[in-house]
Formats: sequence, structure tokens, C-alpha cells
Amino acid sequence: MLDWADGLLRSFINSYYYGVLVSIGINIILTLSLNLVVGFTGQLHLGHAAFMAVGAYTAGLLATKAGVGFWGAVLAAGLLAAVAGVIVGLPTLRLRGDYLAIATLGFGEILRITLLNLDITGGPFGLRGIPRQTNLPIVILAVLFTYLVLRSLVNSRMGRALIAIREDEVAAQTMGIDTTRLKVTSFTVAAFFAGIAGALFAYWFRYLNPSSFGFMISIELLAMVVFGGLGNLLGSVVGASVMTYLPELLRTVAPAIAERRLVFYGALLVIIMILRPNGLLGTSSEQGWLEIWLARRRSRTAQGSAASSQVPPASTGGAGHGPA
Amino acid sequence: MALLEVEGLTMEFGGLRAVDSVDFQVHEGEILSIIGPNGAGKTTVFNVLTGIYHPTRGEIVFRGQRLNDLKPHHITALGIARTFQNIRLFREMSVWENVVVGAHTRLKSGFFSSIFKGPATRREERAARERAYKHLEFVGLKGLETTKARQLPYGAQRRLEIARALAAEPRLLLLDEPAAGMNAGETEELMSLIRKLKEQNITVLLIEHDMRMVMDISERIVVLDHGRKIAEGTPAEVRRHEAVIAAYLGASARAGG
Repeated sequence: MLDWADGLLRSFINSYYYGVLVSIGINIILTLSLNLVVGFTGQLHLGHAAFMAVGAYTAGLLATKAGVGFWGAVLAAGLLAAVAGVIVGLPTLRLRGDYLAIATLGFGEILRITLLNLDITGGPFGLRGIPRQTNLPIVILAVLFTYLVLRSLVNSRMGRALIAIREDEVAAQTMGIDTTRLKVTSFTVAAFFAGIAGALFAYWFRYLNPSSFGFMISIELLAMVVFGGLGNLLGSVVGASVMTYLPELLRTVAPAIAERRLVFYGALLVIIMILRPNGLLGTSSEQGWLEIWLARRRSRTAQGSAASSQVPPASTGGAGHGPA
Repeated sequence: MALLEVEGLTMEFGGLRAVDSVDFQVHEGEILSIIGPNGAGKTTVFNVLTGIYHPTRGEIVFRGQRLNDLKPHHITALGIARTFQNIRLFREMSVWENVVVGAHTRLKSGFFSSIFKGPATRREERAARERAYKHLEFVGLKGLETTKARQLPYGAQRRLEIARALAAEPRLLLLDEPAAGMNAGETEELMSLIRKLKEQNITVLLIEHDMRMVMDISERIVVLDHGRKIAEGTPAEVRRHEAVIAAYLGASARAGG
């Protein structure tokens, strides 16, 4: 598919960077779709890798056992993941905050363990023999498609309703928004794109193993969303790109850090939260505590003399109430 | 027939009876106030009317339709909109977007037309934004359309809540302490705004603590105390009502007077 474009790209990208770019593209799709749920709708979802797994195994099984073609399998992967999104979303999205996080986390683990124990998926040995049909042009198209659809969606009647739910769920429902239905829709759309990303993943790596879709993958995706900026689509593109490429870079530059990737992620997130609490591309002007602290320090030194003149009346007031 | 009929309304939370067999009617085109001391159950009545809570007992009928078991978004679609005592705006959204969200039930574009915006959807979006700007002008927020809601001063936030509620095109507007925290000048402006609403044929049900405003603007007043209705009538009648005086000043005031 798109072989001419693929040939063109391969002529000036070496195979190592080609592979890195495919991974980045797949992660961008996952991060964008997760951002719709977490960043725009404000629902903490810790099981996004599971929807990716649904898509990956759907495509993998259709390709190896049913002989379905690439595009058909990719579409089926997206649709089946969307169905999973509805099934998981309907009961869990009535929950809020921590409870939703735990429920989605549980779903992810249940699915992983199921894949590990089914015969048809190859269990712990994984699913082999998927043809390599994902290439960079297809990934780029899929990224563009995801980005444009989500951008259009968040700038619409429905997108405004999702953001309203994030901002104040009670006010949103009082303004006529069917909050449960819209939360499930947001979840379903995100699952659809995660399924597509999973299918591209399957057709790229040609081998699937349940451990590729564990809880830590969901956490890494969440880290990419937060790093780039909650509720910022361009931020997700940047977040996924940086956080996919950096470990690759570190592997050659500083392999010791690359092995401790998750420690490094944690540190990076802490730094981002201090310096830019709304993510790298966060647009909100809400100040982080560091900025507030610095501003306070500045004003304290500036008002030093004024503040000292205000101290005496306060201390006499305090003494007046004393036992004397 | 009354626009809204409330009969024997009771709302219990576990063992606590917040609203106890309350009856009242709201007539088309009037301004009716609900007053009462803190904890009298006024806001609970609003929350039941808008479907946030479902009543334990009693009947709520709006334009011939029973509201008891409806969800909030259905009730909004039927023509009841409200503001909140503790301002609940969509803080990170712009002022005009807040108002367009208020018009959610009046817009049609569904899931696929939200993504693939055809000419009809674009027309609808443009018209919705224009109407939002008109509502903002109506409440006196012209020129602030693209500001973020959280950046507005307090009084303007209260008026934005009214504009957002108006965008739902309600027949009945519930205002929960709209004058709270306002100075005399702002309250005056708010009163003329409420009178303008009446001219637009919107019926207003008002909860308010500012007695000067309540006595001035209301045509009728319902007084609640400890979840029960203790009086109903014109401002002049309510002002003289013994139970009302007792509820507000304590029984000793009546004994002393």
C-alpha cells in the first residue's frame, strides 16, 4: 500500500529512524485519543492500552486465521475496540474520579490476563506470523486522519459539551447535556482510534504478546498526554514524539538511563508539573506553584518595609487578648 | 393553568427531611420569590425542580408534563433553566462558549455532523454564536465575549450565568441568589435585568436573601422554614405575616413585640 510513497521515504530515512518514526506515529494516535477522554472530557482513564490490545489482536487474528486484508482488518480493529469502549464505558463512566481510574485499570488487567490464557491468541507465547503491511506513509495518513477528526470534534457542539463536562459536570447536565451518553461517546471514539493504532502496531511488529499492552503502557500514554498538555491536541503530538524518541536517543547516548526509562519519565513529569503545570503546550495561564512562590517572594522583598510597619499593631492586638 | 405546579413536594436525604410537603404554583409571566432562613430548603427545591434530585414524594408538573423522574437534560429541553448559588461556570471556556453550551438542547448537530461539518452545521454554529453574542449584550457583557469565564469579575460571572441559562430558551428561569455578594449598584442593575426578562415573557422563580430586592421585584412570595411552607402571598402580606416575622427574627421577637 502506498509503495511509491514508501519508496520515496525510505530513500532518505535509514531503517532505524524509519522504525522510530512508525513507533512515534502509533503513539501519537494513542496519545491524541487518550487526550480526548482525559484532557477534554476530564475522565481519568488508566486502561487505554487495553483498547489498543483489542485492535491489535483483532487485526492479528483476522490476518493470520481468517485471511482478511489489511484495510478490512484495520477497520474491524477500530470498530471492535469501539464496541469494547461502549461495553466498558457504559457501567464505568457513571463512576467519578478515583473510582473510574480503578475500574479502567481493572479492565486493562482483565483483558491482558484473558489474552494470556486464551488458546487462539497464543497465550504467553504470543501471536506470530502477521504480515508486515504497516508502513510509514500509512501511519502518517492515520495520524493526520486522527488529528483532523479529533480537532474537528473538539471544536463542535459535541466537543464543547465534553469540555463542559470536564469543567463542571452538574452545570453541564443542567444546561441540557446528557453527560453519561457524551462520556461514553468520548470513550468510544478514543477506543476506536486506539484500536486502529493497535492494528497498525500488529502489522508493523508482526508479533503480539499480552505484555505489550500492560498497565505500564497505559501509564506511559497518560504521561505523554500530561507532558504535552491536557486538552491540547498539538501537545499530544509533541508529547508522544518527545517521549517516544527520548528513550531511543538515550539508548545510544546514555544506556544506563534508558534502562531506567520509567524513573526518567517520572522525573520528567515532576519537572514539567513544576515548570509548566498545564503541560508543555498548555495554553492555560493558570500559574504553577513555583511561579506563585516566586511572585510571592518578589512581592515580599519589595514590600519588606511596608510589611514591617504593619507588624506592631498586630502584635499589640495579640497581647491585648493575653492573660495579662 | 399554572406554568409549574408543585404539590406535596417532599425530599428526604436518609433521615433528614429537607423539603416537607410543599405546595406552590408558578403562573405564566410572573416573578415569584422563594425566601426563608438558611437551611430552609430553598436550593433543594431548585435541585428537585431541575432533576438533580428526584423527589421522595409529591408531584411536579410543568406545562402539563410530570417532571418527577426526568433527568436534568430532559427538563432543560422542556424549558426550565437555572443559575447556581455558588457560581458554576465552565471556567476555562470563553464567555461566548459558555453561552453556546447553554444552547445545547436547541442545537441539532449530532456526532457525525460534529466531525464532518457540512454547510448546515456551519450555518447552525454561526447562528448560535450570533445568538450568544445577543444574550451577552442583553445581560450587559458586550465586548467580553472572548474572555475566559474565570477572568470575569464576580458580578459579571453572575450575569454570565444568566446569559447561559437564557441561551437554553427557557419558559421558566430559576435564579438562585443572583444578588449574593453584589453591591447596591449591581443589585439595582440586576433588578432591571430581571424586569427585562419579564418583558420577554420569561417567568422567573427567584431565591434571594436581599429583602429590599425581593419586596421590590416579586409579585408573590413563598416563605419556607425548616423545609415547610409557612406563608405565601404578595410582598405586603408576607411582610406582615406573623410566622414569617417569627422565622426571621425568632419567636422571642414576636413575644417582645
